[in-house]
Amino acid sequence: MTQIFAYVPFNNGQAEDVALEFPEAAKKIDASATLTAIVTGSGADLDSVAGEMSKIYGQVIKVDNEALAYPNAEVVRKALVNIVPEGSIVLVPHTTFGMDIAPGLSVKMDAAYAADIIDFQGAEGTTLKMIRQELGGAVSTHVTADISAGAVITVRPGAFAPVDGGSAGGTITDKSGDAGDLSSKRQFLEVVAAEIGDVDITKSDVLVSIGRGIEDEENIEVAQELAEAMNAVVSCSRPIVDAKWLEKSRQVGTSGQTVKPKVYMAMGISGSFQHLGGVKGNPFIVAVNKNPKAPIFQVADVGIVEDILEFMPELTEAISDL
Amino acid sequence: MSSIIGPASYKLFGFFPTAVLAFIVPIVGIGAFAYIMARRIAPLVRAAPDNRLDRIDQRIKNLVIIWLGQLRQPRYMLAGVLHMVIFAGFLILSIRSTSLVVIGLSDGFVLPGFGGLVGVVYNFIKDYAATFVLVACIIAAIRRGIYKPERYAVPEKYGKDHTAEAVFVLGLISTLMISESLFEASELAYAFQLTGQEHFLAPLSLVWIFRGMLLSASSGFLQGLHIFMYFVHDLSFFFFLCFLPLGKHFHVITSLFNVFFMRVKRGNIKPVQHGIKDEELDSLESFGIKKLEDFTWKHMLDFYSCADCGRCSDQCPANAVGRPLSPRFITIKARDLMFKNYPLSGEIYKSNLLVEDIYAEDEIWSCTTCGACEAECPLGIEYIDKMVDLRRGMVDEGMVPQSLQKPLKALEKRGNPYGKMEKKRADWANDKEFKADHSIKNLGKDTAETLFFVDSITSYDDNIQEIARRTCVILEKAGVDFGILGKDEKDSGNEVLRFGEEMLYQDLKEQNTEAILESGVKQIVTADPHAYNALKNDYTGLPPVKHISQVVAQKIAAGELELLPCQEPDKVYVYHDPCYLGRHNGIYEDPRQALDAINGLTRVELEKSRDRSFCCGGGGLMLFYEPEEDTRMGVLRVNMAAEAGANVIVTACPFCLVNIQDAIKVAGKEGEIEALDFTELIGQHLQ
Amino acid sequence: MEILVCVKRVPDTAENEFELNGAGNDLDRDDLVYSVNEWDNYAVEEAIQMVDNVGGSVTVVTVGDDESEEVLRREMAMGANNGVLLSDDAFEGSDGNGIASILKAEIEKGNYDLILTGAQADEGAGQVGGMVAAMLDYPYASLVNKIDIIDDKKINVGREIEGGNQEMNELQLPCVLSIQTGINEPRYVGIRGIRKVAKVDIPVKGSADLGLDADSVGAAGAKTRRVDYFVPDMGEGAEMLEGSTDEIIGKLIEKLKAKGGL
Repeated sequence: MTQIFAYVPFNNGQAEDVALEFPEAAKKIDASATLTAIVTGSGADLDSVAGEMSKIYGQVIKVDNEALAYPNAEVVRKALVNIVPEGSIVLVPHTTFGMDIAPGLSVKMDAAYAADIIDFQGAEGTTLKMIRQELGGAVSTHVTADISAGAVITVRPGAFAPVDGGSAGGTITDKSGDAGDLSSKRQFLEVVAAEIGDVDITKSDVLVSIGRGIEDEENIEVAQELAEAMNAVVSCSRPIVDAKWLEKSRQVGTSGQTVKPKVYMAMGISGSFQHLGGVKGNPFIVAVNKNPKAPIFQVADVGIVEDILEFMPELTEAISDL
Repeated sequence: MSSIIGPASYKLFGFFPTAVLAFIVPIVGIGAFAYIMARRIAPLVRAAPDNRLDRIDQRIKNLVIIWLGQLRQPRYMLAGVLHMVIFAGFLILSIRSTSLVVIGLSDGFVLPGFGGLVGVVYNFIKDYAATFVLVACIIAAIRRGIYKPERYAVPEKYGKDHTAEAVFVLGLISTLMISESLFEASELAYAFQLTGQEHFLAPLSLVWIFRGMLLSASSGFLQGLHIFMYFVHDLSFFFFLCFLPLGKHFHVITSLFNVFFMRVKRGNIKPVQHGIKDEELDSLESFGIKKLEDFTWKHMLDFYSCADCGRCSDQCPANAVGRPLSPRFITIKARDLMFKNYPLSGEIYKSNLLVEDIYAEDEIWSCTTCGACEAECPLGIEYIDKMVDLRRGMVDEGMVPQSLQKPLKALEKRGNPYGKMEKKRADWANDKEFKADHSIKNLGKDTAETLFFVDSITSYDDNIQEIARRTCVILEKAGVDFGILGKDEKDSGNEVLRFGEEMLYQDLKEQNTEAILESGVKQIVTADPHAYNALKNDYTGLPPVKHISQVVAQKIAAGELELLPCQEPDKVYVYHDPCYLGRHNGIYEDPRQALDAINGLTRVELEKSRDRSFCCGGGGLMLFYEPEEDTRMGVLRVNMAAEAGANVIVTACPFCLVNIQDAIKVAGKEGEIEALDFTELIGQHLQ
Repeated sequence: MEILVCVKRVPDTAENEFELNGAGNDLDRDDLVYSVNEWDNYAVEEAIQMVDNVGGSVTVVTVGDDESEEVLRREMAMGANNGVLLSDDAFEGSDGNGIASILKAEIEKGNYDLILTGAQADEGAGQVGGMVAAMLDYPYASLVNKIDIIDDKKINVGREIEGGNQEMNELQLPCVLSIQTGINEPRYVGIRGIRKVAKVDIPVKGSADLGLDADSVGAAGAKTRRVDYFVPDMGEGAEMLEGSTDEIIGKLIEKLKAKGGL
């Protein structure tokens, strides 16, 4: 029987949201497989996350070691190689951590590797069918993996419907003793926090992008609030930078930044050629503009004819209430 | 005692002949001058070649108009007139000054031919000349020293103020005028005292005034003054001569040459290296200007010739919007470096990479190549070729801003800066409404008399494609048999060339040239002045090229195209001259004539129009590059149009339209003022 | 420092519109333009800058067909000293692991202190660097946006992690790093630069030269395969949401949830 292990990263004692999405992914791989969450770390935070996971997963493995206090991918990989049985499927989120650990893990496990999977279409024998995207999201592909010797798969956070956690009553197994030698030729030093105001809009998955429709500098706050509610970043079109209401680094367009978000909220942006030239990767574009003839509606996925100054606060409120 | 003793015969303290001094001063002066000039010429000898001996007739014409006639001077009225006076005075007094040098060795020397009436007339004129020069110098000194016009200010980042040198030189010139006049006046006063005969003098001239003042002076004083003033003049004269090559007054010497050798062809860009054919470019070790010695000798002469008048920067749109570029200091910084690296004595220093040393990358990319500076410079100093050469150097070193790398790569791969597919180049013609009534020939399959060269922005930019369709409608109405190249057309490369990517430009040029020649057309029409300029001035061997405004004006004049009366007679129109139509190609009247052919259309003029037109912000690749600036050029331009009382800005360039449309929004003038392309306005008025 | 940079020739995402071929199982490649993977450019630039500072040489390597030589030339025009093309019919159809195995074989033939790759390429997997490192037992760091050379034994690298934060690590050499965009400003390479290196010899190595078992790479050795391409349905123009503001917001939130916007 297939064994699936989901590696759940966490920050400050809080599991990443993807923890709720793994069960759906695992079900789509093989509904009959056993799913085990793995958490690694050290001390109280680890225990608390392991406890939380036992409410979602039937089995939870925890590995407690000083060397795992910070999730250094090289160290975590060593632990996983020792803990995960041969031939298993390991799920890792396709995040900066997942990209760091997963490829090497697949080599060390001698397993197949599939990255950034957005959907599974089940297994036929030892062939697992999956969907992923290429070319910055411009096209999708069906891929297959031979999982006879196991697989390491990174799944795109947000791609799978989250389960309602709470009552699995799973067992927690402490495998700290099995982690083995955790020495590494890569030492974690520190995390340097991003400077405030030094936002890199090119790295954000969701952008609340404002254009001339914002009308006044004071209204930028309205967009900021929406962005906060959506866990997004505010970007803008050129007139906003020209007016010096936002820094140049926030500008999307041929003369500004090229962005590849997943969701692009074009708020009061008419959608000039120059502006759209900076929006790549085929994001889901939501356009709100009071002008029904705004060209942005030609390229947007969803269009709403409203005044953004009235619409944004209401949307912010609705999202905050979720 | 019969008459005053001249410097040739005078004995100082009764025994020392001043003739010795009058001999030594010129020898030392000329010797020093020759030495200084030799040092100054040294870098020019090592400089890159430059072919400046073509079109001698045009060069002589420039010499007469720009140098001798000083006709660019009155564009700045007060300063210009003052300069014309001083310049004319210098020319006139140069004869007197030369003869004065000889008078120190031979009493009463008169230049051959100046003995009779000629001499009398000359003296009359030169006395006034000296007087006017002095007056001009005083006004100029007051202006510079007290009123300090803004354009002379030196921003801190560019070094120290230059006022002191300017005022010092004005003082030196005044000294020459006064000493010359006193030298003569003392002699005439002496003669009057002796003979009672009043020699005729130009009334109210400096000599006339001085003579009047000296009439009652003692003869001993007059004798002493006469000799003293001779040497004041002699020393000042030779000091001035040697001082000229040390600073901005070098132009007194170099202007004649600089104007003679100035640009005579419009719109084009200098080859990478004179004497190297396009096919041989691969053989060059290095491209463009990286170090001082990479400049051509003419461009170095430009540096020497700058009079620091600040007109270029005053007209420069980049400077006006606070971009890090002031053309004046492109020159001044290079001249300072030339003086530093090629000192008057001692060893010659090696030049560093200019763009890291005296220039900044942003500074060089800030130029829109609009040409306002060159149109203004009274000395014929060039900037665009230097900018392009500096950019060629930067491109060769890989120093290209990231925002420009993308469009350049797209141009290489796709033939347009947007990275759009070649096969979609003619998609503008597939607009449903348009396609219903119009079918555009593709010259890949069909043949036609005329090629409509669309170029990239008009082909691909949704907002601009209308220009392509309107142009087609106009050509149809005018009965022109035309077609397009479709996917075989590539970007004209006007900006690729001007942004220093020479080999990419060569590539685009070759592809376009081949496609155009293969199509067998007899003429080319375009609505894009940038394409017009490239095809006309940069490409070679193509059929004649016309801008759509020329076609319209000609067809109207020939009665082959009639326009309806103005559809919106309440509006006030103003025509904005695109740089690449106007300044670079001299097409000012055709678009205006076409507009004026619309009955009842009210048209006003911008104060800055024709060759003083103010750039909208630049076209082509400039759309992809934004230096730091305080405001946008287009915004200033829109404000100018508003001041002129216009509410419709008509332009004849797709880039102007994009920039001005944007600027109207930024300036908050939506609803008050609108931008319209020439083809759109004409299209609205077709019968 | 001897640096090897692994690069790839990819369809240029900025300059292409991707459409499927008639059969619907592959991209319509006739109109595609290819160039060097954007991330790889940053890796090469970083390598060149490091060598400028501490000496050494930069070698660029790619696994691909004859046409891949152009990307090697482009990187050599940037300033890489050597290029190596790993090409063999047997390599075709390799998955990430296969490519990593081929690169590993080449790396073992040299004496490199540092192996760089781009953080990801056209497929968006970001897998080869980490695999190569694991195969060689070299330490690895992905998404590197800062490199400080400490001495000839170790370097400090910054990794770009979520929220724009930077995770600093100390790695022992030799190591493998995958380079994130933005670490530097890659220099421009024009047609002229490429022509200058047009005649430089670029060795081509096949599986025999690398001592690889042909069955271990290529389609034969691939555990992961791409079956086909497809384009998810996308309507023309925006779907206009109508109704009261509340209704619109309700519909919008559902859509945002589905698309990962919330």
